[in-house]
Amino acid sequence: MNRLLPFEWIAAVRFLREGFMQTLFIITGIAIGVGVIVFMSALLTGLQANFVKRVLTSQPQIQLVPPDQVARPQRQQTGVMEDAVIQRPSQRVISIDQWPKIRDRMLAIPEVTAVSPTMAGSALAIRGAASRAISVSGIDPATYYKIVRVPDYIIAGDARLTNDDIIVGTELAKDLGAAIGDKLNVQGVKNASVTLKITGVIDLGNKSANERQTYVALRTAQSLMGVAGGVTTIDMTLDDIYNAEILATQIQRSNYVEADSWIATNAQFFTAVHAQQTSNDMIRLFVALSVAFGIAAVLVVSVIQRSKDIGILRAMGSSRGQVLRIFLLQGGVLGFAGALCGCALGTAGLYWWHAAVRQADGTELFPLILTASLFVYTTLLATVTGLLAAMAPALRAARLDPVVAIRG
Amino acid sequence: MAEQVLRLEHVCKIYNIGLPAQTEVLHDIDMTLDKGQFLALTGPSGSGKSTLLNIIGLLDRPTTGRLFIKGQETGRMGDAEITQLRGHTIGFVFQDHHLISAFTALENVMMPMLVASGFPSRRIAERAHEIMVLVGLEKVENNLAMNMSGGQQQRVAIARALAMAPDLVLADEPTGNLDTKSADSVFELMRQINRDSGTSFLMVTHNLDLAKRCDRIIDVVDGRITA
Ligand SMILES: Nc1ncnc2c1ncn2[C@@H]1O[C@H](COP(=O)(O)OP(=O)(O)O)[C@@H](O)[C@H]1O
Ligand SMILES: [Mg+2]
Repeated sequence: MNRLLPFEWIAAVRFLREGFMQTLFIITGIAIGVGVIVFMSALLTGLQANFVKRVLTSQPQIQLVPPDQVARPQRQQTGVMEDAVIQRPSQRVISIDQWPKIRDRMLAIPEVTAVSPTMAGSALAIRGAASRAISVSGIDPATYYKIVRVPDYIIAGDARLTNDDIIVGTELAKDLGAAIGDKLNVQGVKNASVTLKITGVIDLGNKSANERQTYVALRTAQSLMGVAGGVTTIDMTLDDIYNAEILATQIQRSNYVEADSWIATNAQFFTAVHAQQTSNDMIRLFVALSVAFGIAAVLVVSVIQRSKDIGILRAMGSSRGQVLRIFLLQGGVLGFAGALCGCALGTAGLYWWHAAVRQADGTELFPLILTASLFVYTTLLATVTGLLAAMAPALRAARLDPVVAIRG
Repeated sequence: MAEQVLRLEHVCKIYNIGLPAQTEVLHDIDMTLDKGQFLALTGPSGSGKSTLLNIIGLLDRPTTGRLFIKGQETGRMGDAEITQLRGHTIGFVFQDHHLISAFTALENVMMPMLVASGFPSRRIAERAHEIMVLVGLEKVENNLAMNMSGGQQQRVAIARALAMAPDLVLADEPTGNLDTKSADSVFELMRQINRDSGTSFLMVTHNLDLAKRCDRIIDVVDGRITA
């Protein structure tokens, strides 16, 4: 007997050990439940982290665009029926009004870590007999690469951009039969046309983006779109990405621009995460309940089986409190031991799933994220559940009349 | 006059009060037990001997009447106080040994001391071993209870009853399940301890031969003391 352990603890562990089969079965049951919780929580965290990583490295967290152009009828008198159909103005390329001033204001906001004006539009890329519709992003590489890590996506050439250069998606290069160093003719609006040299080929990890996306220098895009000196968006990153929505609202209130946060743009994702979290919580609750009932059932039987032992302990001078604690501890130990096995089981399951389930290109579907806090909280939850579940059987044991208990 | 370990005054026990099955099992029991006495309690089955023993052992309370343990009136004591008094002054030996099977023989003997102190200690283990030597079981003290003979188990139970050096050992038919030879040696062990340590014994028995070897015999018939 370990001298550092109290009597109740020793008795609880001995009782569990003596009822080996019962103990084994209930611990297995708890382990499965806890394993499911660990697996699901870690999977959800991984998927979320994956998405957030993409947000952090491949898209602005706030994007400023010109305010929506609204068409208003010219005449409007009370009592006069209008039968004009109000049409939205055509989507011509519109620049942000006084964008350098806005950019400077954005740079002055302490939470903002990078600001980059861009000019985006559509154009036609022609090489020989082949032509493709493309998206042109005119960027200032120095600032833009802080927001979208274009150099990370380069698979050939490099990300350097002069006014005569163009970076193209890998599918587009293939479609046009072009490679690094080849020239492309790009036609923008109003017969604007330039010849650009391919300096880089990128893989954005998405086929349709690879078929359309190109990057050119800001100045080049401005002349292609016929908006000299203009920009269509101002892209920004923040030190705290979850602050984006609040900041976007503030910016929009005090500037003549529309500010879209990544949170609003990806509302669907957040709805999905929220729904998953809710169902995760439900599963947690039901697993906890079934663990609780399992432990209670085992202990109720154990109290009946051990009524003679309880009686004799009482005859030897055990208090009701000591008997209560012996059975509470059994519940706690079952919960704790089951949780430890469950953490191991969940982790093993996660490693297996991570290795077995891959994206089409063989990269991981989600990163393995196993935090200590997940294990600590889950183990705590299971242990407390065990203690609570043991309450009813333990009270029953404590209240046993010793005379009746000894008779068995 | 010798010190009184036990005194009962007008003790009655009625089961199922107010119910159709109401039965008065003990009627107006008066008795005393002096320190160092070995008393035999005899009587036919169902006469109330076990009921009386449970009341004396503070496992049950009398319906009316008063019970004094070492001069203390126990009627007004709360459950915690009663439990404490029981643990420190009374040892139990039952017909069926009632050893806890999850523990070894030695650990069973340590148990009352563990209950009292809360933690195991070298002192407790040594004391338990000494008692095991006293009852002649030091060689098998690390066996589980179920791996011992009936006589050995009963000796362990006696050792356990002695662990807290109680003033009074209550034994309810301790030899009832043993063959004549084992019964005799278990009885002799208790008698020996009684003579050496001065611990009082109250033993329920149907064995008149053993009863005659005690200091005093009390006969219970229909819940009354007749001798
Ligand atoms: N808890 C109880 N409820 C009702 N009757 C009981 C209870 N315990 C004992 N009795 C009755 O009391 C009487 C005495 O029992 P007991 O003290 O066990 O006798 P003995 O030990 O002398 O054989 C018996 O008739 C028994 O049926
Ligand atoms: Mg009896």
